[in-house]
Amino acid sequence: MKHTISELEDIASQVRRDVLRMVHAVQSGHPGASLGCADFFTALYFEVLNHNPEFNMDGNGEDLFFLSNGHISPVWYSVLARSGYFSISELATFRKLDSRLQGHPTTHEGLPGVRIASGSLGQGLSVAIGAALAKKINGDKSLVYALLGDGELQEGQNWEAFMFAPFNKVDHLIASIDYNGQQIDGPTEKVLSLENLQAKFEAFGWHVITSDGNDMQEIVKALHYAKSLTGKGRPILNLMSTQMGYGVDFMVGTHKWHGSAPNDAQLESALGQIKETIGDY
Amino acid sequence: MKKYTYTEKKDTRSGFGAGLHEAGKRNENVVALCADLVGSLKMDAFIKDFPERFVQVGIAEANMMGIAAGLTIGGKIPFTGTFANFSTGRVYDQIRQSIAYSGKNVKICASHAGLTLGEDGATHQILEDIGLMKMLPGMVVINPCDYNQTKAATLAIMDYEGPVYLRFGRPVIPVFTPEDQKFEIGKAWMVNEGTDVTIVATGHMVWRAIQAGEMLEELGISAEIINIHTIKPLDEEAILKSVKKTGCIVTCEEHNKFGGLGESVARFLTTTYLAPQEFVAVNDSFGESATPDQLMTKYKLDPSDIVAAAQKVMARKVK
Repeated sequence: MKHTISELEDIASQVRRDVLRMVHAVQSGHPGASLGCADFFTALYFEVLNHNPEFNMDGNGEDLFFLSNGHISPVWYSVLARSGYFSISELATFRKLDSRLQGHPTTHEGLPGVRIASGSLGQGLSVAIGAALAKKINGDKSLVYALLGDGELQEGQNWEAFMFAPFNKVDHLIASIDYNGQQIDGPTEKVLSLENLQAKFEAFGWHVITSDGNDMQEIVKALHYAKSLTGKGRPILNLMSTQMGYGVDFMVGTHKWHGSAPNDAQLESALGQIKETIGDY
Repeated sequence: MKKYTYTEKKDTRSGFGAGLHEAGKRNENVVALCADLVGSLKMDAFIKDFPERFVQVGIAEANMMGIAAGLTIGGKIPFTGTFANFSTGRVYDQIRQSIAYSGKNVKICASHAGLTLGEDGATHQILEDIGLMKMLPGMVVINPCDYNQTKAATLAIMDYEGPVYLRFGRPVIPVFTPEDQKFEIGKAWMVNEGTDVTIVATGHMVWRAIQAGEMLEELGISAEIINIHTIKPLDEEAILKSVKKTGCIVTCEEHNKFGGLGESVARFLTTTYLAPQEFVAVNDSFGESATPDQLMTKYKLDPSDIVAAAQKVMARKVK
């Protein structure tokens, strides 16, 4: 362990504050799933990923991460800054004119840590597979990670990718699903049911593990376990249950905070529930 | 009129296949992807010699574009292969976000463009692809005119850093450009110098423009014919120089008149130099089933149509 669970929880707490303050400052952005995934991102970047904040695009010899559901950019930006990819003061430029921190992540402005644009949903897993294939051709044993939203699984391209990876034995790939059961128009079970996701992924040939994405101890354990499953002929799918808005009582478990910013009073109430640990940007 | 002859007819897609094979030999970072059309795209030679650098994605073009974008991360130079329709319209958003906006070094190689795939009909013919692709910021759009030029273009885009759309076709057509030509992206190719009318053509229409030039010569008209193999970036200097001499221009393309070469030329000339222009292009229509020659005649892309357009545009010259 590079950090204790308690230290990781402190980082995640700070990341949640960053998310809320970034979204509040421009009164736009997507706090719900950003809060829900704060523990996953913290575990990934501070514990699991073998990565180099001295960013280079090709990333040879290091693990790569791809975010498919790009709207949760605030949590990624916070974790990238807190990992040393760029200054934490830059978080204050989120969604503002001439910022590298675009509403959805892009390579276009050259933000370190981002290797592909995402936001238009359903494309990230294909890109992660391509990067994994490049590693295979290059003889690079590093791993490729991807995060997908559950709502975006309604996009058909994902299923092309889900079919491709097991058949082609892309076994150094770990895809996590942010399984929060919510999307813009309501619960996924009401908008378009995902039915039995685990059975679907297993039928496609993935090695499926399940985890609680809001329990730091468990998510760290799950990601380490996922790593131990690589190189065995099958891609790994981490079906990770989270709660949208986790950490803020009035935001938790509802789609209403998918893409809405808190007002001043709501921000104050939310920040009162989340400890400032490393220090606000 | 400079005399152009040919000893054989070949398809431009075979020029791509030969170019891809050669690219694979020259650069070990070249990888190829195909969506279940290996034979149609003439990728067999590449696959035989470089099986570890070939990705068969199945009938899943969206996934193919994403995988291609991902392969560039790690230094690969991916060439995707499928029909022009499935290379562009079907996967426009994948190209837009994962390749063009992300600035990825992907070569989108598209066969069976235009009407001349023939009998399969409009579902497989695309006449909008040049427009779709040229509108993407940073995308290079190339439509070479014969086997040799397509082979040379395939090698040239390997050495170019950035996203490229390479468009070619199915039918066998005369091979009239030199085998060892140097292909320069964005540099027009002077086919014939003339004084009365400028004819710029792209892709399969270049040979037809040559035939039209010979017909015009018999009518006492001297046509300057330019092969615009790169639609974006457009060789504006070559076009301007020619139009200043001739005073009028005809654009020829196997594409909808909306969004193609003709509109790029018009956009440039209206802001630069006043000269009448006529379009030899498909008139806002889908294609249909028939032989390629029958379709080129019905949709007014024959040499005689170029001749008529040349006469019309000359009559409109500013006195």
